[in-house]
Amino acid sequence: MTRFISQITFRRLLPAMLVLGLFAVVTAAFGRDTGRVTEFGSALQLRTASDKIVGEEIAVLTDAPNVPPSIKRTHSTKVIVNLEMTEKAMRLADGVEYTMWTFGGSVPGKFIRVRQGDLVELRLTNHSSSTMPHNIDLHAVTGPGGGAEASLTMPGGESVFTFTALNPGLFVYHCATSPVPMHIANGMYGLILVEPKDGLQPVDKEFYVMQSEFYTKGKFGEPGLQTLDMEKGIDERPTYVVFNGSVGALTGDKSLKTDVGDHIRLFVGNAGPNLTSSFHAIGEIFDNVYTEGGTVAQHNVQTTLIPAGGSTIVEFAAENAGNLILVDHSIFRAFNKGTLGMIAVNGAANKKVFAAVKGMNVGDN
Amino acid sequence: MKMSVAALLTGALLLLPSSASAAGEKASVIAGMVVIPSGVHERLYGDAKSSKVQIQAFALDRQPVSRGEYAAFARNGILTGGSSLLPITGVSWFAATAYCQAKGKRLPTSDEWEYTARASETKADATRDHGFKERLLGMYAGRSAKARKPVDTGFRNFYGVRGMHELVWEWTSDFKAPAARHSRENHNAANHKHDMSCASAAIGVQNPSNYPAFMRYAVRASLSHRSTMSTLGFRCAADIT
Repeated sequence: MTRFISQITFRRLLPAMLVLGLFAVVTAAFGRDTGRVTEFGSALQLRTASDKIVGEEIAVLTDAPNVPPSIKRTHSTKVIVNLEMTEKAMRLADGVEYTMWTFGGSVPGKFIRVRQGDLVELRLTNHSSSTMPHNIDLHAVTGPGGGAEASLTMPGGESVFTFTALNPGLFVYHCATSPVPMHIANGMYGLILVEPKDGLQPVDKEFYVMQSEFYTKGKFGEPGLQTLDMEKGIDERPTYVVFNGSVGALTGDKSLKTDVGDHIRLFVGNAGPNLTSSFHAIGEIFDNVYTEGGTVAQHNVQTTLIPAGGSTIVEFAAENAGNLILVDHSIFRAFNKGTLGMIAVNGAANKKVFAAVKGMNVGDN
Repeated sequence: MKMSVAALLTGALLLLPSSASAAGEKASVIAGMVVIPSGVHERLYGDAKSSKVQIQAFALDRQPVSRGEYAAFARNGILTGGSSLLPITGVSWFAATAYCQAKGKRLPTSDEWEYTARASETKADATRDHGFKERLLGMYAGRSAKARKPVDTGFRNFYGVRGMHELVWEWTSDFKAPAARHSRENHNAANHKHDMSCASAAIGVQNPSNYPAFMRYAVRASLSHRSTMSTLGFRCAADIT
């Protein structure tokens, strides 16, 4: 009987409990982080291009792994971006060439850096030696096709459009001319960083890394001028998965150079066209990961996902000397398809951080 | 002029092809053309029904117009560097149209051009022949102003037409039309220019793996009538009915 009553009571109270529970969940979800979410706020907002545009400047553009200098301005300005699209045979691996289609003469394309609120004038030219028309879709653009509709440019032609950088973040841009997968598979992508109005925390070293796939008729390493294998593309079976446009673009002499104690920021993009990257640095832990190139940082991350057509910003301090190896931890890609990069950290070893004690690799040091 | 060529071509059809050369100067024009029989063409764009269009029989130049041929027409055209047998490039739609008109011909429509270009050596329609499409991609990738080949090279397709893929992009009379028609039928006005950009280019396409066709449509979509390109030439067509 008591049991029956208690059951009744429970049933009566159930709706109220549910409401209370729901309230608690909602409060936890939306209330908890209000102090932590920083500069640009998490709330949905109708953004307007209402900033006063003061002056005009030509954007400094860089080839990977270099990044343009951080923005010191505290006002919005008009930024002119001159991008030339080219088609030329370039190195994909030792002895292997591929006719790359590029934004600015290299793969990945030029890194563009602007500030939230800036009015960007994009001037796109297509070299007269090109065989194909090209255009650009910047994921930083609020507008038709991300600019693609306004920018179909024949060889020898020019297109110009403007947009206001409404949202801060790290965005992919790519060619979106039909057939789109082919233009991306041939190398037409890059990154545009829209700095928040308050800027980014200064660090010692910033680098530009972009992962992408190549689908060639020949097998991995097969020498000569390789061309696109459409069927491999459709089947999502890449021959190469690389950082910065070729096998070895970030290893050996081309390793990224840093020093012990450096605070390091990597702007990492994934052009795809098909694969999601499991981005990882062997021998390091990411202190901050701005997942998907967005605003909120996750901390203490080993491996982070980067979607095709997406990005991430990772930050860490180099605590110890040695080589850190960048990989896509879908590890066959790193081992057999080229997804390897290296960050050389120079300086004194810190044995408190790591020390080999006994084993075949322990020397006299 | 157009009528006379049509009449001559019809006449030539009744004769053995080898006897056409005996019919004088006009006949050499005809002899340089190939009759493409009527049939149904499946456009890149449209649903299963609307993508199919009826093509009337017509005549098409066996090979692209050469620099030598164009120079003779343009009179003041002085050839500098390169063989007169290379395909003429760097000509606008107006110039190409004027050339064809002067010969009593016209530019082919995009449908006519695509209908003929889908032929491999052995098949009238190799659109769904995967190896053929891969071969075309290789040919397009190998194209450049420097690697230009003479107009009488290039594989001879099912109809006897040469060099539709190895040599240059080619003008058509209505180079913008198929995409525009597609957008009016299937999209609202706001999406008008979406056809050649983004993944939406694959909307309403029966054969989305036909990358060579996408490339040709994209090239045409990027052109205006005054455009010139170092990899864009033309050949002429004529009515035969």
